[in-house]
Amino acid sequence: MYNKGMVMAGLIIFVLLVTFPIWFNRLDAGPMPKPELPPGGEKECVAPAAVMRDTHMQLLNEWRDDVTRNSNREVIVVAGKEYGKGLQLACMQCHSNKEKFCDSCHEYAAVQPTCWSCHISPTEAELKKEAQ
Amino acid sequence: MDTKRRKFLKMAGATVLAGISAPAVVKLTSSPAVASGDSHSAEPAAGHAPAAGHAEEQPAGVRLGMVIDMRKFYDNQQMLDEAIAVCHKVHNVPDIPDRKSEIKWIWKTGFGNAFTEQSQNHRSETVLNSSFPVLCNHCDNPSCVKACPTKATFVVEKNGIVAMDFHRCIGCRFCMAACPYGARSFNWQDPRPFIKTYNPEWPTRMRGVVEKCNFCGERLAKGLEPACVEACKGTGAMVFGDLNDPHSEVREVLGKEFTIQRKFAAGTRPSVFYIV
Repeated sequence: MYNKGMVMAGLIIFVLLVTFPIWFNRLDAGPMPKPELPPGGEKECVAPAAVMRDTHMQLLNEWRDDVTRNSNREVIVVAGKEYGKGLQLACMQCHSNKEKFCDSCHEYAAVQPTCWSCHISPTEAELKKEAQ
Repeated sequence: MDTKRRKFLKMAGATVLAGISAPAVVKLTSSPAVASGDSHSAEPAAGHAPAAGHAEEQPAGVRLGMVIDMRKFYDNQQMLDEAIAVCHKVHNVPDIPDRKSEIKWIWKTGFGNAFTEQSQNHRSETVLNSSFPVLCNHCDNPSCVKACPTKATFVVEKNGIVAMDFHRCIGCRFCMAACPYGARSFNWQDPRPFIKTYNPEWPTRMRGVVEKCNFCGERLAKGLEPACVEACKGTGAMVFGDLNDPHSEVREVLGKEFTIQRKFAAGTRPSVFYIV
């Protein structure tokens, strides 16, 4: 092998650089996010927590297509209460703090869903509430 | 050798001829029964049948439409403002002062602009000086739907509403160019700073999306009337219902009164009628 020393040193530097995030954080991914449970104390969701954790994005897409494209606005009954299909109509009714619920995991996982560029979070809705 | 080649050429020629003429033969033998029979004579008869003149073909099923009775609005232009305000409030429509970027679902315009195919010659003062409410006509043959490259705007099959899926809109504005009524608005900027109060049950839009009246599809699902219709409740200024149901309130009004439509010559078959 030609230039053994140079090649090996280069390889070691490369591997160190690529694995920088791992060793810099000392093999620790940081504290796990703890999304806030519904402040109103609701215990039941449209699906079990594990399913929601894994597939809430698919469910939201299904709801979206159902409502916007098929005009299928059937209400969903959870624990005897009726909810319309949708982020604002269903999810936010219980998980009323988007910042402590949605954002806590999304920030940890570095995902930027575009929901909130149109949909209004309860905090935001509160800012421009109808004066009554 | 020679005879074999001659035979081969003959066979090849016959095969090619048979291949070319086969479709023609099939057509000639199969079609006469249909073409010369019933359908040929029956078709034109059906096309010209009704004495109603230029009867438009009507698709079956529910087709929602509206009659706007201007006689109720002439002395009560304030009611019109209220109807517009209530629509824009429930749908989080921004109030942008710059006319070039304003967003409108239902708005006011003059007679001449609303009915470009009508003469303005010797029209009464009331007609010329009053504001007419205009909105998306939820056409039966919507040109915007044909123009949309992503199917973000489409006809809802069960009620004939020309709906929009804001999630899918890419902001190309083809629909705006295609709509003969100017019923569509484009969000040139983030609309949120221009919304005074939020309806928490309805989203806003984002920059780069087209929006328009949705005939209050979300309210209809709850058994409510469209917001503008509800705002003039009791006056009969706006009547909403199924145009294909002969016993509906709209059809009753349409059957009694003389109504006009905006730009009917565009061929989009609008669902909004006006009594002027």
